[in-house]
Amino acid sequence: MTIRYAMVIDTRTCIGCGDCVVACKTENKTPVGLNRDWVVEATRGKWPNVRTEFRSERCNHCSNATCVTLCPTGASHYWRDTNIVLVEANKCTGCKACIAACPYDARLIMHPDGYIDKCTFCHHRVERGDDPACVSSCPTQCMHFGILDDAGSKVSQLLKTRNYKALMTETGNEPNVYYLT
Amino acid sequence: MIEEILITARHNPKIDPILGIWTWEISVYLFLGGLTAGIIFFVALMNLLEKNDTYNFSANRLALWAPIVLSIGMTTLFLDLEHKLYVFRFYTTLEPTSPMSWGAWVLIIIYPISILQILSTFRVGYPVLSGWLEKIPFASKLVDLSERYIKVISWIAIPSAIALGIYTGVLLSAFNARPFWNTGLLGPLFLISGMSTAAAFTVLFARSHEERRLFTRYDLGLIGIEIILVVLLLINLATGTEQQLKALEFLTTGGGYAVAFWGAFFFMGLIVPLFVEFIDLVQENRTLAILGPLLVLLGGYMLRHITVNLGQETSWQNYGTEYSVEALERVNKIYKHGLN
Ligand code: SF4
Ligand code: SF4
Repeated sequence: MTIRYAMVIDTRTCIGCGDCVVACKTENKTPVGLNRDWVVEATRGKWPNVRTEFRSERCNHCSNATCVTLCPTGASHYWRDTNIVLVEANKCTGCKACIAACPYDARLIMHPDGYIDKCTFCHHRVERGDDPACVSSCPTQCMHFGILDDAGSKVSQLLKTRNYKALMTETGNEPNVYYLT
Repeated sequence: MIEEILITARHNPKIDPILGIWTWEISVYLFLGGLTAGIIFFVALMNLLEKNDTYNFSANRLALWAPIVLSIGMTTLFLDLEHKLYVFRFYTTLEPTSPMSWGAWVLIIIYPISILQILSTFRVGYPVLSGWLEKIPFASKLVDLSERYIKVISWIAIPSAIALGIYTGVLLSAFNARPFWNTGLLGPLFLISGMSTAAAFTVLFARSHEERRLFTRYDLGLIGIEIILVVLLLINLATGTEQQLKALEFLTTGGGYAVAFWGAFFFMGLIVPLFVEFIDLVQENRTLAILGPLLVLLGGYMLRHITVNLGQETSWQNYGTEYSVEALERVNKIYKHGLN
């Protein structure tokens, strides 16, 4: 893959309002009860020394995506030489191997149709040069989107200057959603 | 303390709060796939050893069961698919990194091999039926041909059966996202268990006393190997990562699987049949000769059932959730119809 898109989310400015979740549902018209993104409130420590962070989570568009490697039909695939992982509905058998394969549980079943759905990094917007819906709707502007390998991009700059983490890198999936801490 | 909770709605069916994408359909499929592998293996073995006269059931009649058993398994596998109309997509590609894709093709190879095994043993095994078969033009030629090449067929059947048996385990062990499955031991364990169920199946249906004794002996050996593999699997978990240790807890103190695993699978499905079949061998008791194999078959299913279910409960993450579908539905109702 030649282009690596990344999302960088600042847990210090995120207030957990959930607007990203609403924006995704509106933009992608996901059916009632199904969600492609979600917000986690993580609290660490013991009173009075507690620290809370909010994390807006979604598919990590992993560079080593186990959902793609284990899909038996090629329905789960990388979009155009990027790390954006998509599902082709007319190749998907609904065998659910990709759901079992994702350590982040980021996929969902499109009932009643039955094919598998997930966050697309809003590739239809990215194609036009826009940010994903969640990123552009965030009222605190804590979410950033861009090309990781471009040293001048906002995401690269942020990762160069701030402390960050990605979720469960020990899975070996090489996730591409980063959290500034 | 670390507490991670979801604060926006997330209740994707079959995924939250714990994964439940695969249920009995997959357990049955893996069980019957293993049984088929064992059947094909033993049919080939008996034909290579030229035991057609002494062991009539396993050498001549058993082959017919393989496609029947496998087809039932493939039906339940099909039932599990969420997007059923697109099932043909398994066969428009071969994805080299996906064990499921390999498995789909192995299943396709297994059918002709199994049909050839049936044809090559049909005349001896099912004389009445074969009389009818030979009325079909070309059928008797095909039977002649497969009889002539029975050794070749058997030599191809053995590695194919082993591939099928191992695949039923590798299918699950390939998921690094599910710590309980993620061990290379599942492949050999499911293979041996599949062969053991096939041996038990033969003991149940063979008429000849000698044949039942031989397969009881085979089964005893296989159960022995299976016990060793299960112990190795437990050692592997006990010496593994945090996620694997958590998976082990499900089987010991912490989980709802302790009774099923130790009681229904390990004790009733391995230890008891080991003794029962051994006593049967020494004392030749007809009741025990039925009880032992039945327990082996039940144990074989329990192994798949526990593995499929428990594997889905083990995960890298488990968010607590404050979101409740019921609460949302209540709010919805109030919104639509007022408070009463
Ligand atoms: S987060 Fe899950 S669904 Fe997304 S690319 Fe990684 S493995 Fe696939
Ligand atoms: S459910 Fe669809 S996308 Fe997922 S692994 Fe199966 S065929 Fe591939």
